[in-house]
Amino acid sequence: MCGIAGLIHRGKSSNVGSELQGMLQALKHRGEDSTGYALYGDTDGKHFIMRFKVGENVGEGSSSVMEDVSVYDERKKIVDQTLAELGAKVVKEERTLPYSLRYEIDYDVKDLLNFSQTIESIPGVEILSMGKSLEVIKDLGNAKAVCDRYSLDKLVGTHAIGHARMATESGVDIKSAHPFWGYPFSDVSVVHNGQLTNYWNNRRALENKGMRFMSECDSELIAVYIAQKMREGASLEEGMKDSLTGLDGVFTYFVATKDSLGMAKDTMAAKPLVLYESDDLVAMGSEEIAIRSVLPQEIDTYDPFDGEVKVWRI
Amino acid sequence: MANLKNVTKKTKAQEMGMHTEVLTGRTQQKFFNPDEAENFYYFGTYDVDFNKRTDLDVKDMTAPEANKEIDNLMSQGYGTIVIKNPQGKHSLGVGILNKLNLIFEGSLGYFGMGSCDGPIVRINGRVGWSCAENLMAGKVVIEKNAGSCFGAAIRGGDLICKGSVGARTGIDMKGGTIIIGGDAGAFTGFMMQRGRIIILGDVGINLGDSMYDGTIFVGGEIGSYGSDAVDSELTSSDQDWLKRKLKVAEIGENFDVSKMKKIVAGKKLWNYDNLEPTEKKGAI
Repeated sequence: MCGIAGLIHRGKSSNVGSELQGMLQALKHRGEDSTGYALYGDTDGKHFIMRFKVGENVGEGSSSVMEDVSVYDERKKIVDQTLAELGAKVVKEERTLPYSLRYEIDYDVKDLLNFSQTIESIPGVEILSMGKSLEVIKDLGNAKAVCDRYSLDKLVGTHAIGHARMATESGVDIKSAHPFWGYPFSDVSVVHNGQLTNYWNNRRALENKGMRFMSECDSELIAVYIAQKMREGASLEEGMKDSLTGLDGVFTYFVATKDSLGMAKDTMAAKPLVLYESDDLVAMGSEEIAIRSVLPQEIDTYDPFDGEVKVWRI
Repeated sequence: MANLKNVTKKTKAQEMGMHTEVLTGRTQQKFFNPDEAENFYYFGTYDVDFNKRTDLDVKDMTAPEANKEIDNLMSQGYGTIVIKNPQGKHSLGVGILNKLNLIFEGSLGYFGMGSCDGPIVRINGRVGWSCAENLMAGKVVIEKNAGSCFGAAIRGGDLICKGSVGARTGIDMKGGTIIIGGDAGAFTGFMMQRGRIIILGDVGINLGDSMYDGTIFVGGEIGSYGSDAVDSELTSSDQDWLKRKLKVAEIGENFDVSKMKKIVAGKKLWNYDNLEPTEKKGAI
């Protein structure tokens, strides 16, 4: 059991960091092994924002192997050197935690796949997100703990998706935490609640097409699957509709891009989702209490039906 | 099976000619004695006055605190309780075994009104998954939409949703009536064993999948039939019953019930009526 939540403001910006924190914290009983945020902030769009990690959180409950912090410094140096070799200029650098970094990069990215593969060829380094407005922040602990750790409550933007995770299919670590970046697409992220049963068949097929997997978490498959469909020329909505037959199992998932937010529910409708939709706001979550954290007044909500796909734009 | 033996002393039921067998061991009969007061006591119930009304604001309460307070108010004789600010909380109103008018001014989360026996409930909002699961008797009316597993395993009572409901509505139901004013999701009536479901709108795929018994009435389009779910003739008595039920439910006032489809079990998978009475008892 995991909890997912998402919201999109249409025609305006809001404090989506704080709002999503409230929604995910309301779902913490569905899992607090890790919590992740994919936030689409208001930026000038000039630079790429790269969120990446050079190690794992090895705190209590983690399934990761303990490493000396000096290893993180070494990896960071190699990342800096590699970025310079790629011709990327780091405009702004933030190191929130020893293993977690945020770079704003001035770089004319022609091939994000090659760029990402080069960076991630450095052992222990994983790009969590890459985009002009997307920032994926994920770590161990509940929504409030992660929000406080990364000071997310002030982030202003248009939309966001998030995930409160109870680890069942893979380890308790950041690499298995959601959201997943839709590698190698700029500003694409995915969160998922459910289990996929044809993970390995799909993974092998996608890896043969050059796509990369960083974890053994079945949910990562959705991000890669959708990304591959978009690579082949499908729209976000077309890719999501295709996933209803291409993916086997029970699932409800959200996908977000720079300007849109979508949801898909499998044909068994075995994973919950409650949806609120108005002219200026769409909010959804695994349970109504998530929506109530941003809309405490009485509202009309509903459960999407089986096999339903919906996409909203900002 | 209980042991049988011959004894000369007859029980009251035997003297009355109701039966002749003599049971021993754990199945020995116990007879109702109207002089014993405990026979009139139903655990967890109170004498309430429907005209004694109060409001309860649960905004700052947890679900257990709210449920405990409802119980406390019933113990004070309140027969009409209005719950303010439920705000989607889970498991509100569970385990009420009383006659009670309960009104929720807002929406409920998951498992609302579960395992109840007797209350008349109106929810002026929506409900999450598994609303009124295991309802034994009473009436629950939802003014807006409901989530999946609506009325799972109910055994009696009327469960009415004026909006649309999610998947697996009436899963495993063993009695009672579920009435839906809007549409219903996939696997409606999945493995139902008794009771009736009425859907005025459309219904999703696999309707009545693996149903043992019971009846489903659908006013709109059907996504697909599940295993062993088959059409049946809509009789005039069915139509009369539907009209009465819809009227009582204050729903579908001008709905043309004569065009509804009636779906029942084909009884190819499993049929209780093929069982011996003792087997039937064990199976249920």
